[in-house]
Amino acid sequence: MTRDWSRAPPAMMPLLLVAPLVVFMLAFYALPVVAMLMRSVSDPVWSVANYAALPEDVVFLKTFSNTFYTSLIVTVATLLMAYPVALALVRAPRWAPLILVLILLPFWTSVLVRSYAWMVLMGRHGLINEALTAAGLLERPLRILNTPLATQIAMTHILLPYMILPIANALRQIDPSLLRASSGLGAPPWRTFMQVTLPLSMPGVAAGVLLVFVLALGFYITPAMVGGPREITLSMLIAQQVDHLNWAYAATLSAVLLATSLALIGICYRLPGVGNAFRMNVR
Amino acid sequence: MNGSGRGASVLLTDLEKRFDRTNAVDGVSLDIHSGEFLTLLGPSGSGKTTTLMMIAGFETPTAGDIAIDGTSVVAMPPYRRNIGMVFQSYALFPHLTVADNIGFPLKQRGVPKAERAKLVAEALELVHLPGYGSRYPRQLSGGQQQRVAVARAVVFKPRLLLMDEPLGALDKQLRENLQLEMRRLHADLGITFIYVTHDQEEALTMSDRIAVMNDGKVAQIGRPEDLYDRPTSRFVAGFIGESNFLPAIVRGLEDDVVVAECEGAIIRALSPGKPAPGEKVMLTTRPERLRFADTALNPNIAQNRLSVTVTEAVFAGERCRYMLQAGDGTAMVLKEPSSAAIRRRSVGERAEIAWSVADTILV
Repeated sequence: MTRDWSRAPPAMMPLLLVAPLVVFMLAFYALPVVAMLMRSVSDPVWSVANYAALPEDVVFLKTFSNTFYTSLIVTVATLLMAYPVALALVRAPRWAPLILVLILLPFWTSVLVRSYAWMVLMGRHGLINEALTAAGLLERPLRILNTPLATQIAMTHILLPYMILPIANALRQIDPSLLRASSGLGAPPWRTFMQVTLPLSMPGVAAGVLLVFVLALGFYITPAMVGGPREITLSMLIAQQVDHLNWAYAATLSAVLLATSLALIGICYRLPGVGNAFRMNVR
Repeated sequence: MNGSGRGASVLLTDLEKRFDRTNAVDGVSLDIHSGEFLTLLGPSGSGKTTTLMMIAGFETPTAGDIAIDGTSVVAMPPYRRNIGMVFQSYALFPHLTVADNIGFPLKQRGVPKAERAKLVAEALELVHLPGYGSRYPRQLSGGQQQRVAVARAVVFKPRLLLMDEPLGALDKQLRENLQLEMRRLHADLGITFIYVTHDQEEALTMSDRIAVMNDGKVAQIGRPEDLYDRPTSRFVAGFIGESNFLPAIVRGLEDDVVVAECEGAIIRALSPGKPAPGEKVMLTTRPERLRFADTALNPNIAQNRLSVTVTEAVFAGERCRYMLQAGDGTAMVLKEPSSAAIRRRSVGERAEIAWSVADTILV
C-alpha cells in the first residue's frame, strides 16, 4: 500500500481542516442559540406575543435605553481617549513597543479581575476616596461605586484597546508620502491632520466605534459588579430572568440584543471603506 | 525673491546627511540655475533622493546649507518653502477628487473657491486631462495619476519643481511619451526643475544638466553630451551609456593627448590630467563609435586601431552588435548601424577595428 501523500486530493483538504471546529461550533454554539431563540416564539405557545409585549414593557424600555445610553457614553469616551494614543503608537515608533505593552497587558487580564480592581479603587473606602480625603480635598467620601459613572469609567477602561487598535491600524495604513505631499503643498501639521490624516483614518474610527458599541451593549460582568443592582443593563436583565427560570422572556431579550448588534454591524459594513477595515489580509 | 526669471536658483553647499553611521549624502555642492532642468542621476543608495528630500524639507541636513534664491531654507518647514513636488508614488489623496487634489495647495493658500476652480481647470488643461476633475485617483490609470500629480505640483505656480522618479512605475512606451511632455512642460512654465532618476536614458533625454551621484557625492556634473562624450571617471563612463574599458600603459604625451600602449597597439586618448609615462591607466570608448577598419569612415579621423577576434555577432535590426576580443583578452563591444551594403562578420573572424582619438577618454 503505497500512497503519495504529497499529492493528496486538494479539493477536500480545506473542508477536512475546518471540520472539527465546524462540528464543535454547530453542536455547542449554533444549536443552543437557535434552541434558545426558538423559545422566544414558542413559549408558552407559538406566537410573537413575547415581542408584541415589549413596546409596553416599562422594565425592558428603561433597561434598553439605559444600556444604549451607557454604550454611547463609553463609545464617545473611548474614542476621545483612544485617538491620540493610536496616533502616538503609529507616529512615535520609539515608544510604540512600550505603548503597545501598556495597552495589551490589561487587555490580556481577565475582565473579572479588572472589574474587581475598579471596585477596590472606587469603593467608599477605596483608594480614590481615601486619597482625596487624606489630601483634604474631600470632607466625606464620594459615592462612586454603584453609580452609572462607575460603570462608564470601568467599561471605558476595559474597552479602550478595542478602539485604539483599529484606529492605529487605519493610521498605519496611511501612506507616509501623503503626509509629506500635504506638507510640501503648503499645509501646516494641524491642517494636514484635519484634511488628510483624520479623513483617511475614518474607516478605523468606524470600526472601533462599532466594536466598542456592540461589545458595550452586551457587557455583563462589569456593570453587574461596579454599577450595582439598581443600574441594570440588558444583559443583567437577561441573566436575572434566567435565574428566575423565565426562559421565554430571557430568550426574547437575547433576540433583541442580538438583532440590535447585527443591525449596527450591517449598517457599519455598508459605510464606504469600513468593510475593508475589518477584512484581514490573507495572502 | 531676487532670482531672475520665473525659476528659482538653488545653491547647495557641502550638504551632508548622516543616517546612523553612514553618510547618505556626503558633501554635495551644486549651483542650480534659475529655470534649469537639472537631473540627479545615480544608482539606488547614491544619495540622490535624500538630496531631493532635503531640498523639499522632508529631511534635515546634518551639515551644509541649502539656499533658494539666495535665502537659506534649512530652518524652514516644508509647508513654507513653496516648492512643487511630484512623488514616485504620486501621493494623490485617495479621499479627494482630482479637482480637490489639485486644489489642495490653493486651499492652503486661501485662494477663494471660484478662483481655485478656474486654476484647477487650467492645470488639468495643461496636463491634457480636461474634464477629469470629478474622478477619484483610483479611477485613473498610472499615467493619468502621474499627470494629476504634476498638475497639483505646479497649480500654485511655484518657482521650483522637484520630481522623485515620477515615471518609474510606468511602462516604457508611456514613459517615453511623458518624458517629452515633461520637457515641454518645463519649457512652458519656465521654472526650475530638479529631477531624480536612476534611468540614464531618461536623464540624457530631458535634462539641461545632469549631476551623476555615487556614494553620496557628485561624481560629475555637466550637459548630457559632456557626460556622455567626456566622462571623468570610470563610474560615470560605466553608468551613462555603454562603455568599453581598455587597460593601457602611458608611453608619452602629445599636447593634451595621451599616447598609451594597449594590447600591443598604440592608442591615443584625450585626458583631463597629465599622467606620467609608465603609469597604468584605463581608456574608455563607446561601442557605437567603433568601426571595422575596412568599412571605416575617414581614416584620418579614425586613427586608433586595434586587432580583434569576433567572439559573438548579433543582428538586432537597426544595428549589429559584435563582441570582440582584443589581444590577450580585453573584451570589447562594437555597434554598427546595419546595412545590407555592409558585410556581416562571423564568429571567429579576425579583424581590425578603428575609431577616433576624440572618442577615446582616459578615465
